Amino acid sequence: MTLTMGKALNAALRDALREDDSVVVFGEDVGALGGVFRVTDGLTAEFGEQRCFDTPLAESGIVGLAIGMAMNGFRPVVEMQFDAFAYPAFEQLASHVAKMRNRTRGAVGLPMVIRVPYAGGIGGVEHHSDSSEAYYVQTPGLKVVTPATVADAYSLLREAIADPDPVVFMEAKKLYWSKDETALPVRTAPFGTAEVRREGADATLLAYGPTVPVALEAAAAAVDDGGRELEVVDLRTLVPFDDDTVAASVRKTGRCVVVAEAAGFASVSAEIAARVQERCFHSLWAPVLRVTGWDIPYPPPVLERYHLPGVDRVLDTVDRLQWDDAPDPRFLTAGSA
Amino acid sequence: MTTQAEHRMPTAVPPDDPTALLPASEPIRFLNDDGGAAPGDAHGRYQRPPTELLRRAYRAMVVGRRFDAQATALTKQGRLAVYPSSRGQEACEIGAVLALRDTDWLFPTYRDTMALVSRGIDPVEALTLLRGSWHCGYDPIATRTAPQCTPLATHAPHAVGLAYAATRRGEDTVALAVVGDGGTSEGDFHEAMNFAAVFHAPVVFLVQNNGFAISVPLSRQTAAPSLAHKGVGYGVRGERVDGNDPVAVMAVLIDAVESARAGGGPVLVEAHTYRVEPHTNADDDARYRGHDEVEAWKRRDPIARLEAHLRAGGDLTDDDVTAAREAGEAFAADVRTRLAAEPTGDPADLFAHVYAEPTPQLREQARWLAEELDAGEAR
Repeated sequence: MTLTMGKALNAALRDALREDDSVVVFGEDVGALGGVFRVTDGLTAEFGEQRCFDTPLAESGIVGLAIGMAMNGFRPVVEMQFDAFAYPAFEQLASHVAKMRNRTRGAVGLPMVIRVPYAGGIGGVEHHSDSSEAYYVQTPGLKVVTPATVADAYSLLREAIADPDPVVFMEAKKLYWSKDETALPVRTAPFGTAEVRREGADATLLAYGPTVPVALEAAAAAVDDGGRELEVVDLRTLVPFDDDTVAASVRKTGRCVVVAEAAGFASVSAEIAARVQERCFHSLWAPVLRVTGWDIPYPPPVLERYHLPGVDRVLDTVDRLQWDDAPDPRFLTAGSA
Repeated sequence: MTTQAEHRMPTAVPPDDPTALLPASEPIRFLNDDGGAAPGDAHGRYQRPPTELLRRAYRAMVVGRRFDAQATALTKQGRLAVYPSSRGQEACEIGAVLALRDTDWLFPTYRDTMALVSRGIDPVEALTLLRGSWHCGYDPIATRTAPQCTPLATHAPHAVGLAYAATRRGEDTVALAVVGDGGTSEGDFHEAMNFAAVFHAPVVFLVQNNGFAISVPLSRQTAAPSLAHKGVGYGVRGERVDGNDPVAVMAVLIDAVESARAGGGPVLVEAHTYRVEPHTNADDDARYRGHDEVEAWKRRDPIARLEAHLRAGGDLTDDDVTAAREAGEAFAADVRTRLAAEPTGDPADLFAHVYAEPTPQLREQARWLAEELDAGEAR
């Protein structure tokens, strides 16, 4: 049946609540309202306020409450409502969620999921469109997962809830309304497995979350544009990272572009480019390039289309992969700020 | 399927008279500064704890103080990386432990090592954090004691979550979260109090107001009439107690814990005490407070006050005092002996407990380090 990603996430929560009494869902507006994106729609009505409930408006408190409940037998799934709203909870995530298993030498694990609707492209005003994944990825002890397809949304969320470790589950807001033919329940590949979404021989596009559809569109356009066959790899989980699939693709194509929405400096895309360079240096015909958002605070909605990596910027960057052995001068500027 | 109405969350009902949430006008006291009876009804509605419990408290306080002194001494020998003393706060440390059942949970700060050892946690395991050999040396589940928390008040919401989860599981567990005066300025303290009240969770917040957050005095921390007054803003009953009066601390904490256990919701207890030692062994307290102030507080010593009180009632003999001191010496000697060896750590542990199963990246790094170590031995 045709299903949106939002509905698939809702179904994953519903099925998890049904199958495991220890699963609880809470956060701001997740109860009667069903979440501002309706991902928790109907859960309180079906399972009652003990299983899906509203909390006071306080993100640190929400994550802190989840830690205590996870220490005492529950599997909390909490919603942060918007990317930038999660920042007050960052200390709980960095100092406690990520470290509890480690500091207690395995005695206390925290099976919990922190759902973070993230990234832009929906016309959100300030503080509603941040790509905050780097903060979580840089924090050892957290798994970081970001689905790009409807089937993955269901499967990865189920896996996140069942995981013995804390998972930051990053939902690209603009994909909530994306649709696909999917029969639920569905199980796709497990954490740590990237997926080749489109085969191609000429260059690899590495994408995750909101940029997977952009990369696929660019790959389709590239055939008409210059006759190039681009391979598109959807990373699916950022931690753990699937080095093998990524390296196999780049070794095959010899060229690589990382496509991500977040600012590029010191980012997940930077990490991926470094990893590819380390593993595939002798297979590369060009430096690994990146297409990212600019290194700016997320812009206001009327300007966001200039910020977000689109198909044109991806194709322009693919063109600079030294197809004629000439390096692009833009990447050779000495001392540029 | 059950109806929604049957699943209503437990919700606190604000009292008709909000002043019922307010603490007594003066800190609760049973003892005066010399250990004699405090005047009038200074103990309010509270009951004096049973004598046998006070005798246990006395012994635990004597042992605890000796342990604390030993730990401070070990920093001078380089055996501990750092130690924040709780000398002078024995009534609070022991009161927190003795108010709890074994099934209850303690959420301590970095200063509450005395409470940990009084709870029966092996002192070497308790000192693992401060020794630098691992972050938490004891098993929190087995000991029902959360890891000691260095960031201020961040453990308070965990106590709320754990206690709320316990009620959901039908257990009568109470969580006691210990916070310092500085910690009450943190957002997490506010969020924890608010959540505890809204979810009517069986949590007792014990604020050890020892006068200073490192060097900053209480007057720079709050403009509230007292820290216990903060409870009323959340719908939490507040109480304040003379934190150097062991009888009063135990009376108030036992009452608070049992009230929470009985479904009365969270309680905030502010204990007025004093940190007679510097913040840690690395601190120079002469920069921010006067010698006379410290000496004045030392004259309100909780152990001396309890000893005088018990002796006056014929409930403590010279032999008991000697036995407590000998127990303290034996405890300290054991700690000294066992911490004489250099701490060791298994490098493989670095990667073992980051996730339940190491990621491929961590497996690779573990192999890399193992190779590094093998090569080092070969050289």
